[in-house]
Amino acid sequence: MNFETIIGLEVHVELKTESKIFSPSSNMFGDEPNSNVNPIDLGYPGVLPVLNEEAVNFAMKAAMALNCEIAADTKFDRKNYFYPDNPKAYQISQFDQPIGENGYIDIEVDGVKKRIGITRLHMEEDAGKLTHSDDGYSLVDYNRQGTPLVEIVSEPDIRTPKEAYAYLEALKNIIQYTGVSDCKMEEGSLRCDANLSLRPIGQEEFGTKTELKNLNSFSFVQKGLEFEDKRQEKVLLSGGEILQETRRYDEQTKETILMRVKEGSDDYRYFPEPDLVRLHIDEAWKERIREQIPELPDARKQRYIEELQLPAYDAMVLTNNKEMSDFFEDTIANGGDIKQSSNWLMGEVSAYMNKQQKEFGDLALTPQSLAKLTKLIEDGTISSKIAKKVFSELVEKGGDPEKIVKDKGLVQISDEGQLKEIITAILDNNQQSIEDYKNGKDKALGFLVGQVMKETKGQANPPMVNKIILEEMDKR
Amino acid sequence: MSRISKDEVKHVAHLARLSINEEEADMFTKQLDDIIMYAEQLNELDTEGVEPTTHVLNLQNVMRKDEPKKWITKEEALKNAPDKQDGQFKVPSILE
Amino acid sequence: MALFDYTLRELQEKLHNKEITVTDLVDESYQRIEEVDHAVKAFLTLNKEAAQKQAAELDAARGNDAAKLFGLPIGVKDNIVTKGLRTTAASQLLRNLEDPLYDATVVQKLNEAKSVTIGKLNMDEFAMGSSNENSSYTATRNPWNTDYVPGGSSGGSAAAVAAGEVPFSLGSDTGGSIRQPAAFCGVVGLKPTYGRVSRFGLIAFASSLDQIGPITRSVEDNAFLLETIAGHDKMDSTSADVEVPKYTESLTGDVKGLKIAVPKEYLGEGVTPEVKEAVQAALKKYEELGATWEEVSLPHSKYAVATYYLLSSSEASANLARFDGVRYGVRTDNAKTMLDMFKNSRSEGFGNEVKRRIMLGTFALSSGYYDAYYKKAQQVRTLIKDDFEKVFEDYDVIIGPTTPTPAFKVGEKIDDPLTMYANDILTIPVNLAGVPGISVPCGLSTDGLPIGLQIIGKHFDESTVYRTAHAFEQATDFHKQRPSLGGAQS
Repeated sequence: MNFETIIGLEVHVELKTESKIFSPSSNMFGDEPNSNVNPIDLGYPGVLPVLNEEAVNFAMKAAMALNCEIAADTKFDRKNYFYPDNPKAYQISQFDQPIGENGYIDIEVDGVKKRIGITRLHMEEDAGKLTHSDDGYSLVDYNRQGTPLVEIVSEPDIRTPKEAYAYLEALKNIIQYTGVSDCKMEEGSLRCDANLSLRPIGQEEFGTKTELKNLNSFSFVQKGLEFEDKRQEKVLLSGGEILQETRRYDEQTKETILMRVKEGSDDYRYFPEPDLVRLHIDEAWKERIREQIPELPDARKQRYIEELQLPAYDAMVLTNNKEMSDFFEDTIANGGDIKQSSNWLMGEVSAYMNKQQKEFGDLALTPQSLAKLTKLIEDGTISSKIAKKVFSELVEKGGDPEKIVKDKGLVQISDEGQLKEIITAILDNNQQSIEDYKNGKDKALGFLVGQVMKETKGQANPPMVNKIILEEMDKR
Repeated sequence: MSRISKDEVKHVAHLARLSINEEEADMFTKQLDDIIMYAEQLNELDTEGVEPTTHVLNLQNVMRKDEPKKWITKEEALKNAPDKQDGQFKVPSILE
Repeated sequence: MALFDYTLRELQEKLHNKEITVTDLVDESYQRIEEVDHAVKAFLTLNKEAAQKQAAELDAARGNDAAKLFGLPIGVKDNIVTKGLRTTAASQLLRNLEDPLYDATVVQKLNEAKSVTIGKLNMDEFAMGSSNENSSYTATRNPWNTDYVPGGSSGGSAAAVAAGEVPFSLGSDTGGSIRQPAAFCGVVGLKPTYGRVSRFGLIAFASSLDQIGPITRSVEDNAFLLETIAGHDKMDSTSADVEVPKYTESLTGDVKGLKIAVPKEYLGEGVTPEVKEAVQAALKKYEELGATWEEVSLPHSKYAVATYYLLSSSEASANLARFDGVRYGVRTDNAKTMLDMFKNSRSEGFGNEVKRRIMLGTFALSSGYYDAYYKKAQQVRTLIKDDFEKVFEDYDVIIGPTTPTPAFKVGEKIDDPLTMYANDILTIPVNLAGVPGISVPCGLSTDGLPIGLQIIGKHFDESTVYRTAHAFEQATDFHKQRPSLGGAQS
C-alpha cells in the first residue's frame, strides 16, 4: 500500500516589544531569573491584564506579511491548564476569533513552487521557564511569562519533511523582514511543534497523527519528520495502529521517542477573558500597519532579478536571509558593484561566517568597506586574489580597504615597463618553458605566469602579465 | 435522572486539581446534581439568536503604550514563595 | 453620642476645629473592637500599630488636612489587597500572605485621601456566600442579634459599621455581597455600576460581575466615599472612562416627579409579608415626597439565580486556579509530586463552598457542556440586561426589597446550597445587568432585625440612586436606629 504524508506545523514566535503583552515588565531576554517580573506576571491575587498596543501592531504586521486576513473584531480567551510555569493556571490566548486567518506562504522545493496555507495566526502570552534538576525538583523563572507570542498554524498542505523545512525557512525569513521578532530558535524566540499522519493514497479522511515536540532546529524538524514518516509507514504496513502520541526527536539516536499517549483531546475549557475588552480593528488601523511593512523577500527577489539584473540564484540566496540582503542593499547603496557585492556576500563572507559561527552583527566588515573593496577590484587597483587578503583583514579588524592596500603595499602592478622587466628576467631563466610552450604545451604558460606572480607576491596585474609574456615569447 | 455522575464529578475535580475522597464525591455529586438540575430551568427560554453577554459595558480597544516599568525587586518576587532556590521558585518535578 | 454617630463630614469638621484628634478616632475604633468584636467577629486582621503611628503623624500634620478622607478610620474587606497588611480573602490557602506586595487601586486612593486603615474585615471565603459562615476563620455575627448571620459575603464590612467599630468600610459585591449584608445589618451599602470603581487589587471571584463599593451609616457618607474611590483606572481595562460626578451634591432631598418602577417579581413569592409591608410603606413615603410609582415587570428575574451561578462559578473556576501553592500562599506538606502539590494544596486550602463552585464552573466550561450551560447563561444574561434597559426607558429608578427576608439564623441554611443561593434572588439581577444598586434601612422586623430597601439606577447614574435613597433616609428615622449590642454581650 502506498501512503500520502500529511504534515502540520505550529510555530510560536516571540514578539520583541519593549514590555510584556499584559504587564509593563521589561520584555528582555537573558536577564537574571525572576528579575523582570511583577505581581501581574506572578499571577498575584487581584491583578488584571492590560493589553500592550504594540503587541497587537506586531501581531498584525506578522499576519499581514503572511497574507492573512485581519479580523475586524477579535478578542482574548482563557485557556485553562495547571502547570508551574503558567502562573494564573490559564493562559490568555485567542480561541475562536484569531487576529489573522487564511494566509499562505509560497515555498520552492527542488525547483517546484508550492503554496502552503496558513489556517490562523493568534496572539497569546508566553509562559515562564521550568528547569528540571536531577533531585526531583524543578525551578521556575517567570521572566518569560507574558512575553507576547503569535502562534501560526499551517493548513494540512505540507506533504514532505523537505517542504516542512522550506516552509519554516520561509516563515522565519518573512517574520524577520517585518522586524517583529528575531526568530532565534536557540533563544526560543521561534519554536515549532510538528504533527504528521499518513493516509492511503486516494483516501479523503486523515489518519491518526502524532505530534513532535521539543524540536531545537529546522533540520531536526525535518529529520524528526523523516523518521516519523518511516516509523508510521512501518507500523501501518505491519498491520499496526498509530496512536495519538506526543513524541520528541532524540538528536543522538536520530529517532523519535514517545513522551506520552494522549487520551481524548485536552479539555482546556476556553472561555472569553472577562478582564479584557473586545478589540475592533478598523481600516485606518490596518492601513497604518500595512504601510509599515517593509519589502518582503519575494518582492525583493523579483526586484534583484528585474532591476539589478542579478541571476535568479543570487537573488534567492541573498534574500533568503534578511541580514544578508540588508547588507547587500547597503553595500550597493555605497557604490559597491552589484555582481561583485553579491559574489562576495554569497562566497567569502558566508564562508567566513559559517566557519567562525558568526552573524552579520559580529563582523568588523561594513557595507561601506565591502563597497570600497569591490571598487578597488573594478578599477584594477587590486586583483581578486589580493582582494581576498584585504578581506581577511577587513572582516577581522575592519578599517578602510584603500588604506590596507596602501599600508601593506598590495597595489596591483600594472606598470608595463616594470612588468616587462620582471618578465624578461624570468623568461631568461626559463628557456625550457618557452620551448615547451612553442611545442604546444599550454601548461608552460601557466607556469610562467605563476613565476611572475611569485616574484611580485601576487601583485602583478594578471591579464597584463599574460599579455606581456605572450608578446615577449613571440619576440624570441 | 441525574445530570452529573460520580465519575464525572471525580473527573471535574481532577481538571480543577482538587482531590476529593469517596464521601466528598458522594456529597458533591448530590449537590452539583441539584444545582445543575436547577440551572436547567434556563432551557425553558428560547435563546436562539440571542447574543451572549461577556461584558455589560460595550468597551473596546483598551490598551496601554509599550513602555517597560520596573515595579518590584527580584527579592520581593520571591518573598512569599513556599519554596525557593537560587532565585527561583522550587516545585516538585515528578508529574504524577 | 458615640463619635461614629456623626457623619464623616461632621467628623472632619470636628478634626478641623480641633475638637477631636485623629488619634481619638483611631482609639475609638480599637476600643470598640475590643469591646464588641469577640461577639461580632468582624475583623480578621488588625492594623493597630501602623494605624496608631499614622494617626500620630496625621495629628502632627493637622492644619494641612485638605485630603478628602483625612484621618477617618476605615475597615477594608479582606479580599481587597493591602501592601504590607495580611490579605487572605478569608481562606486558609492565603493565611500566610502577610504582604501581598501591592495596594489595590482603591486602597491607593484611600491612602492618598489619608484615611486610616483599621484592619481587614471578615467575609465568606473568596466572597462565595451569603451568610459569612463560609469564612474559614470564624463566622461574623449580626450585631442586632448574634444568633443571626450578618449576611455575606461582605458580612464583616457591614457588621463592623453597624456595631460602630468603624464609621465606614469597603465591601465587594458580585451577586449582592454589599447590599444583602447592609440590609441584614441595617446600614447603607452601594454596589456601583460595573466599571465605576477599579477592580485592580480586588481578589477576583467573578470578573464580569465584581464591584467594590462603600458601606456606611448614612447615604451622605456613602456618596462621599464613592467620590473618593470611583473613577477610571489604567490598570483595569474594564473600568470606564466616565467622569465621576460630585455625588454629595445630588443629595437635594427632592424627589418630586421622580418616576419609580416596582417590579412585580420583587414583591412576589418568597418575600415575607413584613418585608413587603416595609417596602410598601417606603413607596407611600415616596408618594408623599412627590414621586410616583408604577408596577412593572422584569420577566426574566426568575432565571437570574441559575444564570448567576453558572457564570460566576465558571469565571471563578479560572480565577481561583492561580492558588496552586507555587508562588505564594500555603503549600501542602504532602507534595511529593507536582500533581500532589496542586491537588493537596488546593484541597487543604479551600472550603467546601469554594470547591463546589469551582467544580460547577469547571463542569459548565468543559467540553460538551459549554454551549448548554455557560453560553446559555450568557445569553440569558443578555435577556436580563435587556429587561432592565427596557424599564429604564420609562423610569428613573427601580425599587424593591434588598432581600426576601431579614437575616436568618446561623446554621439555618448552611447545608442547603440552593436555599442559600435563593436568598440573593433580588440582588443578583443587578450584577448581571451591571447597573448600580443601593440598600438603605427601611424598617425592623418583629424579631428586631433590619429590613433593607433596594434602589436600582441606570448605568453610571449613582447620583439619582443616592438622591432617591437620601430623600427617603431624611424623611425617616430608620438609619438612626442602632443595634443594642454592647460590650457585655457575647
